[in-house]
Amino acid sequence: MKTEVIDEKIQSPIRNKVKKEKWRSFYLRLQKNKLALVGGIIVLFYMLLALTASLIAPHDPYEIDLLNKLQQPSMEHWLGTDDKGRDVLSRLLYGAQLSLGVGFASLFLGAFFGIILGIVAGYYGKWIDTIIMRFIDILLAFPGILLALAIVAALGSSLINVTIAVGIFTIPVFARIVRGSTLSVKKLEYIDAVRSLGANDITIIFKHILPNILSPIIVQGTLRLATVILTTSALSFLGLGAQPPLPEWGAMLSNGRDFLFSAPYLTIFPGLAIATLVLGFNLFGDGLRDALDPRLKK
Amino acid sequence: MFVYIIRRFLQTIPVLLGVIFVVFLIMKLVPGDPAVLIAGEGATEETIETIRNDLGLNDPLLVQYFSYLKDIVQGDFGESIRSNRPVFDEIMVRLPITMELALISILFSIVLGMIAGILSATKPNSIADITIMLLALIGVSFPSFWIGLMLIFYFSVQLQIFPVAGWDSWMHIVLPSITLGAMGAAIIARMTRSSMLDVIRQDYIRTARAKGLKNRVIIYKHGLKNAIIPVITVIGLQFGVLLGGAVITETVFAINGLGRLIVDSIYARDLPMIQGTVLTASVIFVIVNLIVDTLYRYFNKRIELD
Amino acid sequence: MLEQEDKILEVRQLQTHFFTDEGISKAVDGVDFVLHKGETLGIVGESGCGKSITSMSILRLIDSPPGKIVGGEVVFKGENLLSKSEATMRKIRGNEISMIFQEPMTSLNPVFSVGEQIAEVFRVHQNMGRKEAWKKAVEMLKLVGIPSPEERAKQEPHELSGGMRQRVMIAMALSCNPEILIADEPTTALDVTIQAQILELMKTLQNELGMGVIMITHDLGVVSETCDRVAVMYAGKVVEYATADDLFDQPKHPYTIGLMNSLPRMDIDQESLQAIPGNVPSPYNMPNGCRFAPRCPHAKGICHDAIPELRNTDDGSQVRCWMYTPEWEDHSDITKAGVK
Repeated sequence: MKTEVIDEKIQSPIRNKVKKEKWRSFYLRLQKNKLALVGGIIVLFYMLLALTASLIAPHDPYEIDLLNKLQQPSMEHWLGTDDKGRDVLSRLLYGAQLSLGVGFASLFLGAFFGIILGIVAGYYGKWIDTIIMRFIDILLAFPGILLALAIVAALGSSLINVTIAVGIFTIPVFARIVRGSTLSVKKLEYIDAVRSLGANDITIIFKHILPNILSPIIVQGTLRLATVILTTSALSFLGLGAQPPLPEWGAMLSNGRDFLFSAPYLTIFPGLAIATLVLGFNLFGDGLRDALDPRLKK
Repeated sequence: MFVYIIRRFLQTIPVLLGVIFVVFLIMKLVPGDPAVLIAGEGATEETIETIRNDLGLNDPLLVQYFSYLKDIVQGDFGESIRSNRPVFDEIMVRLPITMELALISILFSIVLGMIAGILSATKPNSIADITIMLLALIGVSFPSFWIGLMLIFYFSVQLQIFPVAGWDSWMHIVLPSITLGAMGAAIIARMTRSSMLDVIRQDYIRTARAKGLKNRVIIYKHGLKNAIIPVITVIGLQFGVLLGGAVITETVFAINGLGRLIVDSIYARDLPMIQGTVLTASVIFVIVNLIVDTLYRYFNKRIELD
Repeated sequence: MLEQEDKILEVRQLQTHFFTDEGISKAVDGVDFVLHKGETLGIVGESGCGKSITSMSILRLIDSPPGKIVGGEVVFKGENLLSKSEATMRKIRGNEISMIFQEPMTSLNPVFSVGEQIAEVFRVHQNMGRKEAWKKAVEMLKLVGIPSPEERAKQEPHELSGGMRQRVMIAMALSCNPEILIADEPTTALDVTIQAQILELMKTLQNELGMGVIMITHDLGVVSETCDRVAVMYAGKVVEYATADDLFDQPKHPYTIGLMNSLPRMDIDQESLQAIPGNVPSPYNMPNGCRFAPRCPHAKGICHDAIPELRNTDDGSQVRCWMYTPEWEDHSDITKAGVK
């Protein structure tokens, strides 16, 4: 009951209108940014490919055909065949499912725990904040990919373990950003007003703080997807992620590497796939950031 | 300043203890019994139990942690399961190679990134700026292992300028450094540009112009010294990314550094070696951060008052 | 009266526009004034009236793009600065014409000692060596009344108070004994007591060094204390140009009168302070007629239709207002476009 009363007071029609206009101007700014548009199209394109892979793939990505191994790109096999005669294009299409799937899964994993830790640290402060942030500092003390590498080493090489490892690797980024944003939102007067009206912590966090810190989370999430995809494919490239015969792009690249001299396209195409997808997320993320926070622009 | 360094140094101690604890904990998660691994297949239950007792594996977790910590502090990282040699000795053989690679790469990143960033910032929205920023975007988007392989394919296989692999002469250093430094260069270029653009708008730049200074002096003396402050932090963070990235670069170029040692130990499930290598890399990163923070402090004396 | 050769700076029909996504902003739109040797000219107006842009245009410090000086002349010692090369301008900036700014907090470079920042001027304009330039910098700090200048010179801006920093800015500006000092709201950011000290210092140094000062301010109090002659600006144009005495005794333009009425005064009884109703017009969308007409209590049809010229009045001052023209009586309250 209480929350309803509060909502009525806070969400006046004017507030809704302001909100609507905010989204409209955000949309206009995003539309103006041509590069962001290109990024968005690339990302959507890959998502579409991933969703329809089973329909549009010309061949079975797992079908071994040793008679036709290491074929140059041709009409039959647009991007050639690998050392086991499997169609590279079909494998790339199915690989999009893996890359995007693992990417989103580890992102959500990391974001989920990162956001919780960040909000709790920022909202409650004091010793809880100290403990959480020390823990985050420790995670950040591992250089680059090494934390994910160590976790995979412990859990064993598989795509699921890579997802978990990269998810943990992603926690600190979100925790820090969310903590910072929570601290600044917490200072706003209307949070005090809401509290004085009797809202409890859970209501304040979910109804009032979380919606206000959504934009940095979305921007960070998009940009982080780029890093996550790079990291998961790197782990698979090292042989610690997707295991054969899975058509994961990093793993395909690692496999193609043995034929760099005779069949360079086995290395070129999976690499291009990773590169363009990551580029798409980066372009789109940069555009989102500029549109959501015009102050940061140039 | 001295007090600051001491205080900052003391702050890193709990972080280091935490890092050691995490490494210790992660390796406790490893499925399988290290005692079985060491004893080898077909060992009797008694032998395994003896080894377990010798290794202290039957002690409570915290006791094990403190005895591990004690060993680490004394430079005893245990023995490699694979080679039976002390982990510490093997790391010391590999570490200089990785440090050389990392330092050359970060130098490459800094020089290329800052020059590109400054060029971009001095002529915003020009063709040069747009080109540099697109290249930087590519730099942060392309996977390093792919860049490395493409460099090998073009410069080593096609043009035959640089050797494919190894670490013997300066010729061997070029391609790996580019591979490892590319992302850093891109990130530093982006940061330098935005920081420089921010600085150029400041009032003191207007003052410098009103003084009748040359554009060059304004940008490189009055602008750069201010713009470099946030870039320093990025360089520090980038060094960490680079240490991690060495794992990939060394694999691609078959360089026998620390990174490759980590990967090989993971393949061989050589637990003491994995612990030792990951820990070494982290300690180096923590030290680098300490240096970077001190530098930041040096360049940005204002924060002492704020 | 002042002789012709005393004239050191003449600004004629200066126009500085900004070309932005929202359109063209005519921030400075045909400004004229003259500065004589040893004189202090005030340029007064609300923020956004173009007074700062005018001062920046004199030294050609407008960021381009988006800003551009599109017309007029800035004649300094008989030569038009707007046609000079950038290299020549650099020799003038900080040397023959200097400038100080509103924000002493941010106008000094935070990473160099103040001594270094002053010494730089000597090195650039007078080819001095490091040691000599440093010695001169310390002398300048002494001149502007900074105690123990040797020690202060080694300090960085963040170690000095706001008033001290403005003194440093003045020292830097006066290093090369310039003929003109442009002071853009030099005291606005300072405490009242410090304001008086800084103005006093500027006056003393002006008498000592004999330079002309252009005082950009929104503060009529500063004008009455320091200026010999005043140009009142409104929406990119000079609306009244008079000696300070005339301006305060007999303000003519309704805008000037409005400004005066919004100030508390000691000498007359005021019923209440009156703010000028309405807002400054948007620079992208200026009125067709007199730019003050929409806020003017006297405006009639002609005011909304055409911009008045800056005309001489009987007492030698100039005003841009239809009220002081012969046409005033001829016009009724009807505009060409219809009822007001």
